[in-house]
Amino acid sequence: MPAITVENLSKSYVVGHNTAQTERYTALRDVLARNARNLARKTRDMVHGRAIVQGDEVEEFWALKDVSFEVKRGETLGIIGRNGAGKSTLLKVLSRITEPTKGRITIRGRVASLLEVGTGFHPELTGRENMFLNGAILGMTRAEIRRRFDEIVAFAEVERFLDTPVKRYSSGMYVRLAFAVAAHLEPEILVVDEVLAVGDAQFQKKCLGKMGDVAKEGRTVLFVSHNMEAVTNLCQSAILLTQGRNQEKGEAKGAVYNYLSTLSLSSLTSNGQFCRERTKPEAAIIITRVMLVDGDAPGVRFDLSKEIRLRISYQVCKPVRGGFLGFQVKTVLGLPIFTSTNADVAGALGDNVVSGELDAVVHYGEADVKIPAYQLNVGAYELHVAAFAPGRGLLDLMADIFFDVYDSGSFASYPFTSARQGVVLLRTPWIIHKTKRID
Amino acid sequence: MTEPQVLIIEPGLAERDYWRDLWRYRELFYVLAWRDISVRYKQTIIGLAWALLRPFLTMLVFTVVFGKLAKLPTEGAAPYALMVFAGLLPWQFFSTALSESSNSLIGNANLISKVYFPRLIVPTAAVVVSFVDFLISFAILVGLMLWYQFVPGWPILTLPLFVLMAFLASLGPGLWITALNVKYRDFRYIIPFIVQIGLYVSPVGFSTSVVPDRWRLLYSLNPVVGVIDGFRWAILGGESTLYLPGFLLGWCVIVFFLWLGIRQFRGMEKSFADLI
Repeated sequence: MPAITVENLSKSYVVGHNTAQTERYTALRDVLARNARNLARKTRDMVHGRAIVQGDEVEEFWALKDVSFEVKRGETLGIIGRNGAGKSTLLKVLSRITEPTKGRITIRGRVASLLEVGTGFHPELTGRENMFLNGAILGMTRAEIRRRFDEIVAFAEVERFLDTPVKRYSSGMYVRLAFAVAAHLEPEILVVDEVLAVGDAQFQKKCLGKMGDVAKEGRTVLFVSHNMEAVTNLCQSAILLTQGRNQEKGEAKGAVYNYLSTLSLSSLTSNGQFCRERTKPEAAIIITRVMLVDGDAPGVRFDLSKEIRLRISYQVCKPVRGGFLGFQVKTVLGLPIFTSTNADVAGALGDNVVSGELDAVVHYGEADVKIPAYQLNVGAYELHVAAFAPGRGLLDLMADIFFDVYDSGSFASYPFTSARQGVVLLRTPWIIHKTKRID
Repeated sequence: MTEPQVLIIEPGLAERDYWRDLWRYRELFYVLAWRDISVRYKQTIIGLAWALLRPFLTMLVFTVVFGKLAKLPTEGAAPYALMVFAGLLPWQFFSTALSESSNSLIGNANLISKVYFPRLIVPTAAVVVSFVDFLISFAILVGLMLWYQFVPGWPILTLPLFVLMAFLASLGPGLWITALNVKYRDFRYIIPFIVQIGLYVSPVGFSTSVVPDRWRLLYSLNPVVGVIDGFRWAILGGESTLYLPGFLLGWCVIVFFLWLGIRQFRGMEKSFADLI
């Protein structure tokens, strides 16, 4: 028997929006007429017992549409998708916070859902009091919390501040305490939303570890995250939601790869070429296109033993003093790994930049950059390309460029059994000295 | 291994075990009530004394205005201050319970949109919080009795019944309004108004005996009238008489509102998270 069966689940919301203002000037008469119309509509809604929607136009919006999947007992399922794809709505329906519009869900087992860290925490109450409060909200009894009290406190590392109101806590402490309570829930099915996006890196790791333990104990876990690494590490399978619809459940790695490619697809003209959909007309320098080149052909997947070539097309619209280009490589989590600018090659950030080539005349141009081989470890990365000017900051930015690094050889894994850890690869010279032979 | 419980989620499916769920979540009920109580007087100088001071001062003003200046009659031979306080006690309970429970869902919006639990817990816990204030101001009543050396008779034993009556009287409209408040925030502005008017429409500062007999039954449509009369009868004993037809009518109104409140609440409960 599957732990969760979701069949043709749909959820619609009614949203209102204001009609685009076409007239240049707002006349009092128009405002009054519009308000009168709105009042009439609201009154009509209330008489019929419908909810009030702000705005001039009302429209039905499907946050989820015919979503179906099954989760086996003990399975860890990742749910991924862009913002607004319906992930949170799905979890809300699953945790009975809101009712579906159509469809059916069958859940076998006790569910605990963790849609937010520290739900119901009251700032005036002490850490100890909030533990009981939060526990009760998540469905733990006082006896259960008392039994696991020391464990929770140790996990949160807040021993000294147990009797301090949480409003005096640092945000890190707050989050640690909140997660600690939630992490000690013992349901058969755990539903978790994006809670790992908080706290410092060390604590995030601890949370991930805890989640992994929960999964290993044979409980069913549903996990929504933007942290693709976490999804691939924790989950056996994943579903990808796109505009409220889901794709067939698949292996986590495959789903993550699909997701990353849909992200790039949105601005992909041909493989590896990223063009701007809209540009800032007032910007002095705009980035018009970024092309990733693998060998000779554009691409978004790179062997770590090969260099990654970038071709940035830009346009100088107005002469600008000292303008320069730069790019930044980030993990999909959003952590910057390194930043590079064309001012680097010109030497120090001094005179060379001011008399650089970008500021001279209005022109189109292309810049070629290479990320050398053996720098980035296996994984997915995001690239930001930007134009700057001293004293004027960021002139233009192109984001949402995603690429992948894989290992066709064995550098990233040898001599380890699994993948080498770390974001970057550094080939460091090692020298081993045998100083003395022991017989 | 035992077969785990099966939960089916479908639109419009009335939950079979709603009331059992409510019982299962009783811990949350205690905890929410306890939270509101312990937070209530945090960072105030005189703390709990506020729960004593407010009714005491109101009683003083009412006794002077209605008793001394307007020279309204008391009930039997009971001191006017005692008569006022016997009415003020349930009124304060009713009015705070009503306004707290009406705003309770909106006040706990973050919980409603992030966690599942039977929503009925929230307004009920709010009423319980007001009940604690009520118990504290009860001390004033005891003080007044000592001051006037007034010994209550056996009817005082029936007081819990009237406390329950006050509880239900505030819970019914409270549930109804808090549910509607989620959808139409207009009710937020209506409640303070009702409470303000109610203080004068209900027999708090004066005895029901000043109301002409032919209007009395109509007057009893206000459920608080029955509650206050009951309190006075129980506390002042033989000095006050209970007007039975009105009292029974009061109960009917209370039960009606309770039915209406629960019906409205249950009907709207599942959409709270979407609307709030």
